[in-house]
Order: sequence, then C-alpha cells, then structure tokens
Amino acid sequence: MASSSTENLTPEMFEPVDSDVNEQEALRGTRVSFWQDVWFRFRSNKGALIGMLLILAIGVMAIVGPLMNSYSYSEQDYSATNQIFAGDHWLGTDKFGRDLWTRIWYGAGISLIIAFLAAAIDLIIGVPYGCISGYCGGKVDNWMQRIIEVLYGIPNLIMMILLLIWLDRGIFAIALAMSITGWVAMARIVRGQILKAKNQEYVLAARSLGASHGRLLLKHMFPNVLSAVIVTIMFTIPTAIFFEAFLGFIGLGIRPPQASLGVLINDGFEMLRLFPYQIFYPAAVLSLLMFSFNLVGDGLRDALDPKLRR
Amino acid sequence: MSEENLLEVRDLHVSFHTYNGEVQSVRGVDFQVKKGETLAIVGESGCGKSVTSQSIMGLIPQPPGKIRSGEILFEGRDLTRFSEKQMEKVRGKEIAMIFQDPMTSLNPTMTVGRQITEGLEKHQRLGKAEARQKAVEMLRLVGIPSPESRMNQYPHHFSGGMRQRAMIAIALACAPKLLIADEPTTALDVTIQAQILNRMNDLKKQLDTSIILITHDLGVVAETADRVAVMYAGKVVETGTVEEIFNRPRHPYTWGLMGSVPRLDLSSRETLRPIPGTPPDLLQPPQGCPFAGRCQYAMKICKTQMPETTEISGFHRTACWLEHPMSPAVTPPNEWVGGGSQ
Amino acid sequence: MGRYIIQRLIYMLITIWVIITVTFFLMHNLPGSPLKNEHKIPPEIKEAILKQYGLDQPVPVQYLQYLGNLMTGDLGASFQYNGRSVTSLIMEGFPASLQLGIQAIVFGTLFGLFLGCIAALKQGTWMDNATTVIAVLGISVPSFVMAALLSYFVGVKWGILPPGLWGSFAHSILPSLALSFLVIATISRYIRTELLEVLGQDYMKTAKAKGLSRSTTVTRHALRNALIPAVTVLGPLTVQLITGSLVVEKIFSVPGMGWMFVNSIKVNDYTAIMGVTIFYGALIVLSMFIVDLLYGMIDPRIRLADGKE
Repeated sequence: MASSSTENLTPEMFEPVDSDVNEQEALRGTRVSFWQDVWFRFRSNKGALIGMLLILAIGVMAIVGPLMNSYSYSEQDYSATNQIFAGDHWLGTDKFGRDLWTRIWYGAGISLIIAFLAAAIDLIIGVPYGCISGYCGGKVDNWMQRIIEVLYGIPNLIMMILLLIWLDRGIFAIALAMSITGWVAMARIVRGQILKAKNQEYVLAARSLGASHGRLLLKHMFPNVLSAVIVTIMFTIPTAIFFEAFLGFIGLGIRPPQASLGVLINDGFEMLRLFPYQIFYPAAVLSLLMFSFNLVGDGLRDALDPKLRR
Repeated sequence: MSEENLLEVRDLHVSFHTYNGEVQSVRGVDFQVKKGETLAIVGESGCGKSVTSQSIMGLIPQPPGKIRSGEILFEGRDLTRFSEKQMEKVRGKEIAMIFQDPMTSLNPTMTVGRQITEGLEKHQRLGKAEARQKAVEMLRLVGIPSPESRMNQYPHHFSGGMRQRAMIAIALACAPKLLIADEPTTALDVTIQAQILNRMNDLKKQLDTSIILITHDLGVVAETADRVAVMYAGKVVETGTVEEIFNRPRHPYTWGLMGSVPRLDLSSRETLRPIPGTPPDLLQPPQGCPFAGRCQYAMKICKTQMPETTEISGFHRTACWLEHPMSPAVTPPNEWVGGGSQ
Repeated sequence: MGRYIIQRLIYMLITIWVIITVTFFLMHNLPGSPLKNEHKIPPEIKEAILKQYGLDQPVPVQYLQYLGNLMTGDLGASFQYNGRSVTSLIMEGFPASLQLGIQAIVFGTLFGLFLGCIAALKQGTWMDNATTVIAVLGISVPSFVMAALLSYFVGVKWGILPPGLWGSFAHSILPSLALSFLVIATISRYIRTELLEVLGQDYMKTAKAKGLSRSTTVTRHALRNALIPAVTVLGPLTVQLITGSLVVEKIFSVPGMGWMFVNSIKVNDYTAIMGVTIFYGALIVLSMFIVDLLYGMIDPRIRLADGKE
C-alpha cells in the first residue's frame, strides 16, 4: 500500500485542512428528466428501434403506396386476372384483375386505422372509468367493479363475432366491435395503478399539504398511470391488428371492394394452391407489422419500467 | 495463520460491474474470526459489510460481481480457490448464513420442516425419518412451540420472529463451525430482536459455533459481540475488542459512529452528534483515506495517501494518519477525553 | 375457500346468462328474416318452417323457450342442415377440435417450458436471445399465416404430411403444430419472466446457502414457485386456442367445431351461430373458473383457509 512512500513524508503534509462535506454531496453529472431517460433506454434497444422504423415505413407506404401507380384499389381488369407480374402491376393482380400493390398498401392502411381507432376507444372509455373507480373507491368503486367483473368474463372473441354479424361492417363498426369489451382491460389496469399510487407516500404527502383532487390526479397520479397506459396501448394495437385480420379471414372483415390485410389474406388463401404469391404479400406485411409493434411494446415497457429490466 | 483462527480474511477486494462502471465495494479487507467468538462487523449501509459476508459464502453473483484478489482462509483452506462443487460442501455444513428479512428468505411454497430437512439430507446423509426427527429437535431448540405440527406448516403461518427462528434452525441444523448473521434483527420488532439475539447467544455456547454478526446497530454489538470490525467505504478502519472499541476508540469514524448513538449516561444537549456528509462514491474511490472528506481532523496527507494500519495493542488496530508520530495531537470529542489513558 | 368458490360460481353463472341473453337478442334483431335466402318458398311452406323453428311466437316467448330448451341441452335446429339439431352438430365437431387443442397444448407447453427455462437460466446469452426471437415471432405471426405456410410447404409442395382433411393421426400433426406456436410463445415468455423473478428472490439465496447444488435449487425451489403463477395463463390460452381453431380448421379443412362455426357464419345459419357462440362462451368462462380454483389449490399461500392447521 502506502508503505513505499512512508519515508517521503514531510511535516507540512500533516497540516489540518477543512472538511469538504458539501463537495461530496454536490450533484454530479447532468440532470436527466424522466422522459429523456426513457428515450435513452428505448434508443439503446436495437429491436425496438428497428420495430419503430418499420412501423413508420409501413405507415408511410400505407399513405403513399396506393398513389404510386395508376390503379385504384377497386379497379377490375378481367383481361389480366391472377397475374404474378403484369406490366406495371408490380405485385401482380388478384382473381378480379385488381392491382395487388395498391390493394396491399390500401389494406394495410385500413388495418392500421381500425387498430388505432380501437385503441382510441379503449382509451376514451377505459381510462376515465378506471380513474373514477380507483380514485373514488368505496361504494362507487364497488359497483363499478361488479360491472367490470361480469364484462371481463364475457369473451372478447364472442362479442366481436356477434356484433360483426349484426352490424354493417365498416371501419368504425369493426373498431367498435373490438373495443366493446376491450376497454375493460384498460380500465382494470388504470384502476390498479391509481390504487397503487394512492397509497404511495408522496401522494399522501401531497394530500396532507392540501392538494386538490384534480391536482392530485393530474400532477401526482397521472404520470405513473401514463406509463402503464402507454404500454397497454402498445400491446392493444397489435392485438387489434390481429383480430381485424382474423375476422377478415373468417369472413367478417370489411365489406368488398374495400380491403384490409385480413380480407386480402382470405382472398389469397382461396388461391393458395394455384397462386401462392397472393397470400404471401399481405401475410408478410401483417406479420411484419405485428412483429414491429411487439418489439416496440417490449422496448417501451423495459424503458418505462427500469425495475422490470433484467 | 494461527491455530485458533477459524476464519481469516486477507486483503479481500470485491467489485461489481454496473452500467456506470466498476463499483469497488470491498477494497482490501482484513479480519480474523477465532473459534467460538462473535465478531461484529459494523458500518453504514453500502460500506461493504454484506458483500464481504457473501464473499465468504461464495454467494456473490458472478457476473456482475468478482473477487478481484485476496484470500478467505477457512481452517487454512482458501475458499476463493474452491470450485462450485467444493463450495457446496462448505455451505450449510461448515458455514451457514442467516439473512436480514425473514419474510422473504424462506420459500413460500415449501413446508418449514422440508426446508430444514433438505440440508440435513444433503450434508449428513440422513434418511427422511431421521432428518425429520432432527428438524423437530432444531425447531424445539430455537424455541418454537409444538414443533411437530409446525413442521408441516408453510412460512406464511409463522410470525416474523418465528420465521427468523426457523431460519436459525435451518442454519444451525448441520452444526456449522461458523454462522454468518447478516443484519438478523433489523427487520424485526424491538421486543423480538432481544429474543433472537439471546437465542443466538445461547446456541453459540451450546454448539460452540463462531459467529460473524453484520449490523449497523451498535446496541446489538455491545450486547453480543466479542470483537468488532468497523468498516467504512469498503475498508476496515478499526478493529478491536468490544471493550476497546466502545471505551477507547481511536479512529475519527468510530468516534463519529459512537456519537451518533443516543446515550443516556450523558445529559448534555450535545449527546447526538451525527456525522456530516455521505460516504464516497465507490465508482471512483478517493485516493487517500475515504473518510477524509467528512473528518474534522483531516490533514493534507489524508487526501492523497491511504493510512497504514497501526497496531495499538493486541487486537486493537486502526488505519488513520493521526496515529503517525508526525501528526498533531488531537483531542477526541468530549466523552473520550482522556479515554486513551483509561 | 368454500365461500370463494360459491362467489366465483355465481359470477360464472351470471356471465354465462349474460352471454346467452346478448347472443339471443342480437341474433333475433338481425336486419332481415333468417329465411331471406329462401324467399322463393311458397308462403304456406314458409309459415310451416317458421312454426317448426318456433319463429312464429313473440320474441320474449321464444327467449324463454330457448332458455328452457338450453337446460335440457337442446340448442335448437340448424337452418343449413335442414333441421338437424345444433347440439348434435356440436357434438360431432367437438372431438376433432378437442384433439387438436389438447395436442397443441401438450406439445406447446412442454416445448414452451423448455425454452422459457433455458432463456431464464442462460439469461443474456445467445440462447436467451434466440428464445426471445422465437417467442416474439410466435406472437407476431398469426396462426392462420403459420397454418397456410405449413399447409402449402409441408403439405402441398413437399408432400410430407397431408395438407388437409381429417382421419388419421398424421392429419392432425400440421394443424396442431400451427396451433401450438402461440402456446409455445405464450408459455415460454411467461416462464422466463416468472423464473427470472423467482431466481432473484431471497429464498433462492437461502437455498444456495444450505449447500444445495444449482440444479437442486432450480428444480426444487425455483421451478415450483415459477410454475404456480404460470397456471393462470391456461385461461387466456383456451381463448387463444379457440380463436386459432376457427382459422386453422378452415385452412386444413378439419371437420371440427371451428370449421362448422365459420361455415355457419358464411351461410347465416343463426341457430348454429347462437349455439356455438354459447358453447364457446360457456367453455371459456368455465376454463377461467377452473384455472382460478386450480391456482387456489396449488398455491399454499392461497390455501390459507383450508383448515389444515
């Protein structure tokens, strides 16, 4: 250790100095806000980043893709049906001679719109319901929970199928069918987070300092709830995309000539043995989209909740 | 090493890899434990006392942890060189451990009896019936009423104090030579704390076990320990008998520790004197004495060079530049004025 | 515990009743008559048919009749198969679907467990990353895409296994495999998370401090604690399998319940849709209930009040 230098000691080294307590407790490094920190962690997750870029790319193509050639999604050409490559039909045509390139991007757009719409409905109903139920507690919470418990027991699948047999299958109807029981999950999560936050010491502290109800909810609880809501939404969207495709595949998709990824896969499936390319493209876009959303969801969850990170 | 030393830790260095860099938790720790004695390791949270004890047991998760250098001699054998298979024969059989939180350190889905017998079956090669009998005996020994029926219960049926006693039964089942108790009473009610400590002391005498008691509670130390090692920022700054540390402390940090404890025998308004500041960041440990920044007696040399360990008497050692002949004479705080001459 | 079971049972019955009621009224308020495809039938025959199906009565009466018949297991007569009872149709299709589901769950659970354990125990290695990719793929690639690929490549192109239809065990391999991907993904992900959580618990340190070997601590202490909460995924998994069976049976032309259901939707066979919907609903609610009870039985912490003091 220090033994080698013992001989070089001089008396002035033994002069007293002031203790520097403050220097030790001073903050080191730059301050990073919560969201900067989240973004940093998210960015360092390669999978999530790739997923986000893919979603953006597919989103942009859903808007731009159909405009890139001269065909419309519903234009039929009986002189060029089931063509793998046919002139400027880049991805070929289907059994009615409709341009697959245009239809796939158009369908991807419809699928995305339905998924986002479903997520938005979940948000609009589920978040306030969960907030009120969790924050009020007592009798209100008790009754609201009874309703939730019965609704939660009704399988989503059943409700979706029944409603879509019943409703006229447009974009909004499909989104509505998916969120008719979907919001329950959101409400449960929000309520759970609110209950958790309510008993946290910093909320108690704020309350004892006389913070109003609105302020408590907005300033102290909502930021915590927000993380959970974002993560839930990020997993609701791919689930909605899946169910839309699923419904399309069993014949409950959007009405023709409109198309969604599920409807396109169903059309492709009918031609599977003869023209497998027709199922390949929409299936690839659908899988890629779900894969990306799952990656982003995983990444966001890890970034938002460092405790879960291992 | 001398005959009577059961355990000797020499110049132990342990560090952990983190996102921010390497944290040097233990930076050259030396101490000995003799047969049948209780050594208390005291210090603030994060001073490296738990890491030291887990290194002895080979429980440091590697990675991110790593024993960088040093020796842990148990009956003359260096445990740091042991393979995992060899360590398995030491753990539970020769060295056992009790953890801080009895609520989480018992498996919630296994009966308490089974948690005791599995060690017995492994180390003493007992059959099921024999192990069971021995486990009942152990539960009775630690003072759990109607042990036969308690054997078949799950930990959630036990109160906190009973769980910690069950932990002691698990630890002592194979009559280990050394028991490491890592803050065994911190998570318990004050009234239960005394029960557990008395039980441990009784058993120590009955089974002739040595104990390393890790704690930050000086009251517990005074009550149970024979010798004390004071740790600060990954180093042992002072060791000695309980008598020496409590009555004739030499290191300013020990003075500070003692001053932070409420005392009834002193009536002045200044009885509680907390140590100002916080311990250094072990990501970049200071070059000199780690306590220099908080020490009111700090000298220039303290900031640049680590003091050597000075022997005061038999076991009493301290690492402080104030012991150097060139240093100015220093008066320790009130209650130890003239303490050195006692 | 007894009180808890009764409470859950009541909730289950209420839920099933809500499902029946919603299904009934939605199906009976459909725009257009159920017999709209057969508008060329002479009126008197149409009336006879309406009478045969009980559709000449007012809706509330029909509802009570339907409920009454349900109690005896009668789900009414199907439109598409000229009056064959829906109950017998379900019973005919159910065995094939059940076989597929069980095969998928057994294979998927075993393989998923294996992957999940490897991922958790070898955390951060290439094996962990590989299982994570498999899991995300299993969740991302919908079962019908998987099924279509399997049917086309393994069945049609390479001709290794039959690409469709039903009969021998060989016919069931591809559809079960297509269904099992989701099971594998769900189980392996869940086990990985749970096991990592358990491995970080204090009692694992206690077990290690006793001198138990790594394999003993994992099998005896960690796995048990990780598997108990994993039982809860069996509920949602049932729903996923039913969802999957609708599309997978369609792709492989398996004459199971799913296939029959999809056909009923296609031809607007309302009684069949109602019957199968109620059957599915009851199945899902019941499986959730069983999982709840199972969880309570195997977790000693919940077993609290079983009087085993």
